[in-house]
Amino acid sequence: MTAKTLIKIDNVSKTYITSKEDIQALEAVNLDIKESEFVSLVGPSGCGKSTLLMLISGLYPATTGTIQIKDEPVLKPYTNLGIVFQKDMLLEWRSVLDNVLLQVEIRRLNRSDYLDTAKSLLENVGLGNFLDRYPRELSGGMRQRVSICRALLHNPSLLLMDEPFGALDAITRDQMNLDLERVWEQSRKTVFFVTHSVPEAIFLSDRILVMSPRPGSIVADIKVDLPRPRTLYIRDLPEFSEYNRQIRTIFREQGILIDEQGKEKGMLTQSPSSDVDY
Amino acid sequence: MNSKSKKVTRENKFLTWIKNYSYSIATIILLIIIWELGVKLFDIKEYLLPAPSVVWKKIVKNFPLLLEYSRVTAWEILVGYLLSIVIGIPMGLMIFYSRFLERIIYPLLVASQTIPKIALAPLLIIWFGWGIWPKIVVSFLIAFFPIVVDTVVGLKQTEPEMIYLVRSMGANRAQIFFKISLPNALPNIFGALKVASTLAVVGAVVGEFVASDSGLGYLLVVSQGYLDTASMFAGIVFLSLLGIIFFFIIEVIERIALPWKVEKESILHSATM
Repeated sequence: MTAKTLIKIDNVSKTYITSKEDIQALEAVNLDIKESEFVSLVGPSGCGKSTLLMLISGLYPATTGTIQIKDEPVLKPYTNLGIVFQKDMLLEWRSVLDNVLLQVEIRRLNRSDYLDTAKSLLENVGLGNFLDRYPRELSGGMRQRVSICRALLHNPSLLLMDEPFGALDAITRDQMNLDLERVWEQSRKTVFFVTHSVPEAIFLSDRILVMSPRPGSIVADIKVDLPRPRTLYIRDLPEFSEYNRQIRTIFREQGILIDEQGKEKGMLTQSPSSDVDY
Repeated sequence: MNSKSKKVTRENKFLTWIKNYSYSIATIILLIIIWELGVKLFDIKEYLLPAPSVVWKKIVKNFPLLLEYSRVTAWEILVGYLLSIVIGIPMGLMIFYSRFLERIIYPLLVASQTIPKIALAPLLIIWFGWGIWPKIVVSFLIAFFPIVVDTVVGLKQTEPEMIYLVRSMGANRAQIFFKISLPNALPNIFGALKVASTLAVVGAVVGEFVASDSGLGYLLVVSQGYLDTASMFAGIVFLSLLGIIFFFIIEVIERIALPWKVEKESILHSATM
């Protein structure tokens, strides 16, 4: 199976110029992402994960280097994609259904063509009875589901997710991971998923990229070879713990995690299935 | 079944309304009774504090005049208020969209607010004469500042991620404004419109105090000259009625324009009940 390359990132860096100082967020990132690949990007806070996502979307310009999607350079906001941010970004004055349909309204597509798709997407994530509700009537997890449905409505080839479950409690987060995994199995879209939760990344991904502290660059590219469809039980597999340990070791080498006791013993104490954030 | 449940909710709404307002209505009635009894009991002179019954008699007797004066004042308030909206909201938009205009207008606007508008009233008489215009201008000057400021604040509230999201859907500036920024700013704008509606009343009355030959403010000044305190109270009652009506109209428009906000309130009510 030779999947085609969807995103090609070539020697990309990003420097934010502010009145006080210039901040280099990213340094020489090289990366290929294949079609139908679920790729996670993990790293410490403020290392430039979100910046890389914004560069891929074309919403921020790169300072140097080129980004290509389907062999076309990204020079303006790329529209054949769906984005999910940590905040659900629902419009409070629109019903759940109308929030999802914002996607086709802005794109000036025919609303009636997408009505059934919108409803079935919402039903698929258990929101079939909430179509006419306003966002403020929903829980945080439900709201984020709506925003995922909105990102998928126009059947984009790429889904960008920036810590989409970062604001949710641990149980809701597990459920969202399961649901996203299921939705992904159905559609097999290319997903670029930014998170700071290592277990979440292992659970969802085909491939995990580890980013160094600022200026961010990719210091490890780990293929996750776990069976699909995935259930919560895979967290108990020894392979899962092994990936977890591997990534923690990289974090420690990067000076992200400092654990003096662990250093002395040559290993880190860990609980494999815990949902610890880094 | 559907119509039945609708009827039930309507009755519930009415009951809630009664429940919410019954306390304040009862309080007002009680205060009026105490006032009436107090005036009788302590034999307070009418020019100091007329009893509510005396005020009521005055209102009945002078009803046509009070109505005519209310019409005059209401018109001044309305025109001043509408001007403040028609000028205030676009000015807010300009300040929001143009950094250049923000730098020019905003400091001037803030500086202008340090001038007490009431102090300008005599000057405005010289400029605009004795007619309706000086009152309208004072009313406008007092009311429009919160509208400008809250329009800007409301528009600035749109989160950058929201703009990024719709830009990735290919949104143009008009779409961003009409589908995102403007509806997002509406709760703030309506809040300002309510504040401004009460300020517009103040402006019109102050204008009438300075120079006028009709209106409720004029009635107050003239009645004061005659120590006709009962008429002053009658004028105050009509002024507050005007203020309440203006406020209520804005509230109704807000409920129609922002149904999603009302929904929030009803959730709060059901939670506290």
